[in-house]
Amino acid sequence: MSVPIRWLALALVFVGTAIQPGLTLAQETPDLVTVAAKAEEAALAGHNAWMLVCCALVLFMTAPGLAMFYGGLVRKKNVLGVMMQCLFLMGLMTVLWALYGYSLAFGGDGPYLGNGDYLFMEGVQQFWNAETNSPETPMAGVIPMLTHMLFQGMFFIITPALICGAFAERMKFSAMVVFSILWGTLVYCPLCHWVWGGGILAFGSDHAWSGGALDFAGGTVVHISSGVSALICALVMGRRKGFGSSDLRPHNLTYTTLGAAMLWVGWFGFNAGSELASDGLASSAFAATHFSAAAGLLGWSFYEWFKLGKPSVLGAASGAVAGLVCITPATGFVNPMPALAMGAAAGIVCAFACGTVKSKFGYDDSLDAFGVHGVGGTLGAVLTGIFATRACWDIAEGEKLGFLEGGSVLTGQLVAIGVTWIFSIVVTFVILKVLDIAIGLRVSESDEVLGLDLSEHGEEGYIFT
Amino acid sequence: MKKIEAILRHFKLEDVKNALSEQGIAGMTVIEVRGFGRQKGHTETYRGTEYAVDFVPKVKLEVVIDDDRVQTVIDTIIKTAQTGQIGDGKIFVSDLSDTIRIRTGETGGEAV
Repeated sequence: MSVPIRWLALALVFVGTAIQPGLTLAQETPDLVTVAAKAEEAALAGHNAWMLVCCALVLFMTAPGLAMFYGGLVRKKNVLGVMMQCLFLMGLMTVLWALYGYSLAFGGDGPYLGNGDYLFMEGVQQFWNAETNSPETPMAGVIPMLTHMLFQGMFFIITPALICGAFAERMKFSAMVVFSILWGTLVYCPLCHWVWGGGILAFGSDHAWSGGALDFAGGTVVHISSGVSALICALVMGRRKGFGSSDLRPHNLTYTTLGAAMLWVGWFGFNAGSELASDGLASSAFAATHFSAAAGLLGWSFYEWFKLGKPSVLGAASGAVAGLVCITPATGFVNPMPALAMGAAAGIVCAFACGTVKSKFGYDDSLDAFGVHGVGGTLGAVLTGIFATRACWDIAEGEKLGFLEGGSVLTGQLVAIGVTWIFSIVVTFVILKVLDIAIGLRVSESDEVLGLDLSEHGEEGYIFT
Repeated sequence: MKKIEAILRHFKLEDVKNALSEQGIAGMTVIEVRGFGRQKGHTETYRGTEYAVDFVPKVKLEVVIDDDRVQTVIDTIIKTAQTGQIGDGKIFVSDLSDTIRIRTGETGGEAV
């Protein structure tokens, strides 16, 4: 009885398949143009899915990542102050980026600044194409320009947030807001344009000085700029009240540890996403990023184990972050094994910078923004010049890149580092001085004692009744 | 009546409470405190910055008791809380002028 039914079922399947659209024997063979278009659509789907996730990952780095990493490092009475800075910048910098930031950084490829293209998202957002009578999406390489704008925008958010580590626990919130607007506009956007917008530091650009620099994900644009500016902030604003005598211990290292883990994961978006496509180089960048974080963690931990007798959680977390900072410029240019070396170097060098150098000079870089980002970023930019290989990204059309393979990009790296340092120092100093005269940078002494959560925001972080 | 304040190690609190209950002590108050005497603190290091943490966490147990039971309480606490290591704590005995039960308004010995 079951045999006829089985054959009937088989026949039904065969007929059903035969009448599916596109699979009938009577269908025409699609032409090559259609096939090519379908293939491009499929590729776009792959690239864009990856890149949109990366946009989310980088935003995730600012909050909860940085918010928790920094939040745990300050005293209890200032935890909301730090988190508010991160959260508020997500709102503030996004609006600036939409209005003019993207345009200033990426409009055209002139030597110094954007040319006005993309103001108010014109030329970025979808528009009606009168010729084809349909909506069109401007493209940036293999991804929609919207995706590129979003991705870069997340960098524009996190960079000023990093600087907050230097003036934590003593800067007026109003001053931080105005500072971030000015710094983002006058330091970040020009620097971004110089390195990534075809300007004076862009590798291979007509205007490039000494051939430009290799900066895959923001060693100069993000880390050196924010780290060095952070140092200037710490020096100009002075030390926290009670520095050296009061109990300034981190109030919640559990936040800091989990925040560091979130930064590590988010950094895959930051670094591997800087390939702006889903391909082999993205995988290579991902691997270099991960390996550098791992080696950085071990580097700092073993440094502490050896020097102090015990490895600390804060050291391990900081080491991972140092490794990630260091590899940022190099991530699409170096292979995984050199990335291990770079991470380990960063772990040790930054541990030394935060521990020994800072106490020797006595500046109060509260959360080690300079010690990790300034020092780590500079180290990374230099080592990029050493380890960069055309085997990862053949950016110079066959020419060798790094010092180790016989190339000459190291010069361009050093020039870019110098320019970034000097530009960041000078402009940040001027902004700070002007702001100090106009509205004052620091909270009053009594507010500093009370804590910024109450003085700036009227709130308490923890109310355990 | 007397007030007895005993500074104790955290992990001894349960033992002391049980021992006192066995002696018929029906009520007590506990507060988290920090302090130091001969027991020294420790150092903590955060990214190379050292902090001397002098205050050691302890618990303070407060019991109000009739004069005739003071010695029993003191002996019980010492017997239960002693480890022989520096940091065992201290007991302070002070005179108390009055005790009032809020619910009923009873005063003096009745309220203890």
